[in-house]
Amino acid sequence: MTVQPREQWATRAGFLLAAIGSAVGLGNIWRFPAIAYDNGGGAFLLPYLIALLTAGIPLLIMEYIIGRKYRLSPPAALRRMARPAEAIGWWQVAISFVIATYYAVIIAWAVRYVGFSVGQQWGDDPEAFLFGDFLRAPDTPGFLDGFVPGVFWPLVVVWVVVLGVLAFGIRRGIERANKVFIPLLFVLFAALVIRALTLDGAATGLDALFTPDWSELGNGSVWVAAYGQIFFSLSIGFGIMVTYASYLGRRADLTGSAMVAGFANSSFEILAGIGVFATLGYLATASGVGVDEVVGAGIGLAFVAFPAVISEMPFGGFFGILFFSSLVIAGLSSLISIVQVVVSAVQDRTGMRRRTAVLGVGGLVALVSLVLFPTESGIYLLDASDHFINQYGIALAALVGLIVIVWVLRQLPSLQANADATSAVRLGHWWRICLGVITPVVLGWMMVDSLRTEFQENYEGYSTGFLLSAGWSVAIGALLVGVILSFMPWPAGGEDIDLDMESPADRKER
Amino acid sequence: MSTSAIIMMIIAILIVWGGLITAILRLRSHPQPEEDLPPGAHRAE
Repeated sequence: MTVQPREQWATRAGFLLAAIGSAVGLGNIWRFPAIAYDNGGGAFLLPYLIALLTAGIPLLIMEYIIGRKYRLSPPAALRRMARPAEAIGWWQVAISFVIATYYAVIIAWAVRYVGFSVGQQWGDDPEAFLFGDFLRAPDTPGFLDGFVPGVFWPLVVVWVVVLGVLAFGIRRGIERANKVFIPLLFVLFAALVIRALTLDGAATGLDALFTPDWSELGNGSVWVAAYGQIFFSLSIGFGIMVTYASYLGRRADLTGSAMVAGFANSSFEILAGIGVFATLGYLATASGVGVDEVVGAGIGLAFVAFPAVISEMPFGGFFGILFFSSLVIAGLSSLISIVQVVVSAVQDRTGMRRRTAVLGVGGLVALVSLVLFPTESGIYLLDASDHFINQYGIALAALVGLIVIVWVLRQLPSLQANADATSAVRLGHWWRICLGVITPVVLGWMMVDSLRTEFQENYEGYSTGFLLSAGWSVAIGALLVGVILSFMPWPAGGEDIDLDMESPADRKER
Repeated sequence: MSTSAIIMMIIAILIVWGGLITAILRLRSHPQPEEDLPPGAHRAE
C-alpha cells in the first residue's frame, strides 16, 4: 500500500498568514465595532482582553496542539485520542459544511456591491435596494421560491475561486493565496481607515466608540459579549485550527504562533472599529443625527449603512470599492479554511486524493450553497441558519469538546507536554485553569443565556415553523450527521488500517 | 473627542498592537528547527 507523506506548510509565515486569514473574517469588520459600542465602549477593552487571554488564545493553543500532535483533521485526530470522540470531530465538520454554504453567499453579495459602488446603484434608499431590487426578498420567508440570478452568478465565481485554491493544496494553494490576500487586505483596509479618519465627524464616531462606560463592567451580559466576540471571531471550535495545524512540521512552534494569530486578529478588529466608527460618525454628522441612530452590525451595517455613507461622501465610489473588496478578501480567506476542514476530514478518513476530494466534497458544499441561497427567501434561510449554527453548533460543540478532552479524557497534561517540547512560550498552570475551568464555565453560561432568550421570544420574530425547519433542524442535524458519520466504516485513518495513516510516532517525512 | 475616549483609544492600540509586535518578536527569537522544512523548501537567506 502506498504511503504518502502529509503535505506541509512551506514556511512558518505561510502557516501564520493562513491562520490569520482564517480568523480575520466578516465578523471582525461588521460585528466587533457594534459589540464594543453596545457594551461599554472603551471599557469593553478590559473584558475583551481578559477573554482573549483566558479563552481565545488558550483554546487556539489547544487546537494547534491537537492538529500538530496527531497530524490529522478533527475526526481522525479525535479518534486517535479516544474512539468515541470521533463524533465530535464529525460534528465540527458538519458545522463547517453548513457555515460554508451561506458564508460564500455573503461574499457573493460583496462582490456585487464592489460593482454597485461605481455610480452608487442603490440610489437614495440602500435598504429597499438590498432587500427589494437585489435580493428580491418576500415579506415573509418561504422555501426554494424564486431564483435570483444576481446572486447566483457571483456565487458561482466565489466557489470556482475557493475550490480552485483548495485544489492546488496547502502550499501551492492555501499558503500562496493567503500570502497575497492578507497583505492586500491590510493595504486596502488601511487606505479605507485613513480616508475615514479624514471625514468630517470622524472624531464624533471615535468618541462614541471609545468613551468608556465603566459601570457596564458590573453587567454580566457585557462579559458574555466579550467572550462571545473573542470566541466567534477567532475561528475556534469548529475544527479549522486543528486542520491547519495538522499540516505543521513535527517540531513547529505552537504557543508563540497562537499568540501572534490571536493578537493579529484583535489588531485587525481594533483597526476595523476605528474605520467603521469614523465612517458612522461622518454619516451621523451629515444626517444631523446622533451616532446611536446610525450604529448597526452585520448585513445592515455593510449593505445598508455603508452604501448610505458612500452616496454621501465625495469620491464615494472609490471608498465603496475599498470597503467591499476588503469584505470579499477577508471572507474568501476564511471560507477557504472552512471548506478545507470538510475536504481534509474526508481525505483523512477515506484516503481520497486531494483533487478528488475537493471536486467531490467541496463540489457538494458548493452545490448545496448554489441551490438553497440564490433564492428569494435565501436571506431568511441564511439569517436563521447562521444564528442557530453559531449558538447551538459552534459554541455547543466547543463546550462538549472541551469537557470531553479536559475532564473525561484528561488530555491536557499530555497536550501541554507536547507543546512545551517545541514552543517559544511554555505553558503553565494558567493554561490548564483557563481551559479546565474558565472557558467551560463561560461557554456554559453563554449557552444558558442564549437558550433563555430563544424560548422567551422567537428569533427575529420568525414563525416557529420556520425556525424549526431553517434553524433548529440545521443545528440538531449537524450533531446527528456527526454522530452517524462516526459510526461509518471508513477505509482509512483507523488504528486498524494503514493508508497514509500510520501512527503519528511512526510517520516519517520524506 | 473627549480626553477619556482619546486615552482609551491609545491604550487599546498600545496593548493590542503592542501585544502583536511582542508576540512576533518572541516567535522570531525562537527559530524554526531545520529538520522541519518540508522537502524541496529552502530557508530564506
